[in-house]
Amino acid sequence: MTSPPPDADPVILTHRLNKRFGKRQAVHEVDLSVPRGAVFGFLGPNGSGKTTTIRMLLGLAAPTSGSISVLGQPMPQAAVRVLPHVGALVEGPAFYPYLSGRANLVRFDAADRTSNPRTRGRRVDAALERVGLSRAARLAVHAYSLGMKQRLGIANALAAERELLVLDEPTNGLDPQGTREVRHLVASLAGAGLTVFVSSHLLSEVEQVCTHAAVMSNGSLVAQGTLDELRGPAAGRVVVHTRDTEAAGRVLSRLGLSPVPDGVRTASAGAADGTGTVRAATGPRTPPPEEIVAALVASGVGVRGFGVEGTSLEERFVQLTGEGFDIA
Amino acid sequence: MLASELRLLFRRRRTWALFAALAAVPVLIGVAVRVSTGPPRGRGPAFLDQVAGNGLFLAVVGLLVSVPLFLPLTVAVVAGDSIAGEASQGTLRYLLTAPVPRAGLLLVKYAVIVVFCAAAVLVLAAAGVLVGLVLFGVQPAVLLSGDTVGLGESYARIALITAYVGVSLLGLGAIGLFLSTLSDVPVGVMAAIAVLAVAAQIAGSLPQLEWLHPWLFTEHWTGFVDLLRQPVLWDSFVDNALLQAGYVAVSGALAYGRFATKDVLS
Repeated sequence: MTSPPPDADPVILTHRLNKRFGKRQAVHEVDLSVPRGAVFGFLGPNGSGKTTTIRMLLGLAAPTSGSISVLGQPMPQAAVRVLPHVGALVEGPAFYPYLSGRANLVRFDAADRTSNPRTRGRRVDAALERVGLSRAARLAVHAYSLGMKQRLGIANALAAERELLVLDEPTNGLDPQGTREVRHLVASLAGAGLTVFVSSHLLSEVEQVCTHAAVMSNGSLVAQGTLDELRGPAAGRVVVHTRDTEAAGRVLSRLGLSPVPDGVRTASAGAADGTGTVRAATGPRTPPPEEIVAALVASGVGVRGFGVEGTSLEERFVQLTGEGFDIA
Repeated sequence: MLASELRLLFRRRRTWALFAALAAVPVLIGVAVRVSTGPPRGRGPAFLDQVAGNGLFLAVVGLLVSVPLFLPLTVAVVAGDSIAGEASQGTLRYLLTAPVPRAGLLLVKYAVIVVFCAAAVLVLAAAGVLVGLVLFGVQPAVLLSGDTVGLGESYARIALITAYVGVSLLGLGAIGLFLSTLSDVPVGVMAAIAVLAVAAQIAGSLPQLEWLHPWLFTEHWTGFVDLLRQPVLWDSFVDNALLQAGYVAVSGALAYGRFATKDVLS
């Protein structure tokens, strides 16, 4: 008897998901798997296919090919059964400007035939309270600031009992204070057993609250897993400050420090005191730092400084998606 | 959902502005007739010469004058906005993820259009009757056939005419719903619906296109004068209802075919 793997019952599962708009391939062969209870960060630069994928997950757009299951049911076929359990914020909030914030939430809740009209008022008020909008609840939405609309959008996602929250860029337009509140909110929701799927182009957000993440680039999924898995085995690099950068580089490569492209490079060669910097990515078989220093010294490299840096998710992200700002 | 939609319709100032514009039609005609000596018989819109003698005819003239353009325009505004308006606002995606089944959303939206058509013709007729009552008083009406009917019967005839005009708009409303599923730009859809209504009437007036006439949704729009005969000639009422039902069925099917699988990307 083997116990089922932890993600035997993924909340979201896609298989070879494709979406084509005319000639443009917006989403290409995406296999997502979001385990139950995860806070799943969905990362990627603008235009990498995140929102299109989310639209397909929610049954707003049909995949060109491939399959999607959400809460164990096929999408978009089972949309009417699945979506009452899914709270969503897709591509920014949208409301009827001439209705009050509360009336907007009531309307969207009433649109779901499975929602209980008796508890509606109470649930809507609780959701508004949760995002700190109670006092502005009776105000028409056209008087709301972008941040307030964003909060109202999140409140809308929280207005009913949910199993899954899909939040597309939930902190867009929020001030730092609001961003922090959203982060706390997501953490507390996850603590209550919900699965939260958050898309973002801001890594710092994801790094702080997520347990899992996936990275999209140009419509393809380039990485997915727990945060530790994503940071990867090449979890860091060593930095050597020395005048003798060439010799240091030779020693490092002799020690098997993985020669990733431009992993060894000299920088600021013309610094005032002639000190250069050598960086090298570390790999799984890299010797411990003290041995590296010993080897450097033994080879006569004048070490002025030595350090070990961990890879931040951000560097990993840039590695995976490229640094350019080109929007595909 | 329907209740929520109707609340939305009747909460909007735009809806009331449309009603006010419609109500202004019989008011304007009534005042114009009152302050002038009245047109010579046989000139101006049909029945206009009767208004001064019998206020009830003001409602009929008001409807007759509004049928070609004013009423279709108001229907165009509401029908054109139905899906395209939600799409341009972005609320469509939140309705669909609420979730509302797509077919259900179309049905509810069409129901709202029907309610609006009914309300619009009622406002027009009621304004006509009231203004007529105030400015000219009412008498038993003399019908086209020369018979005179009592007051109660006259009101019943006006109610019938109102229903006839309301039914006339249902086809246009359904066409509007279909067009509204095609676009995210409500103003464009509204214009398209209004243009279509006018174009159909122009086509209907060209004898060269006679083969086309039975298929135009505007064909029977002014046919309600048959309801002012004794006995009532029901033919045009039935023909009109059948034609409109056909348009509702075809446009409804097209709207569903388009909307059921449409990618909502707004």
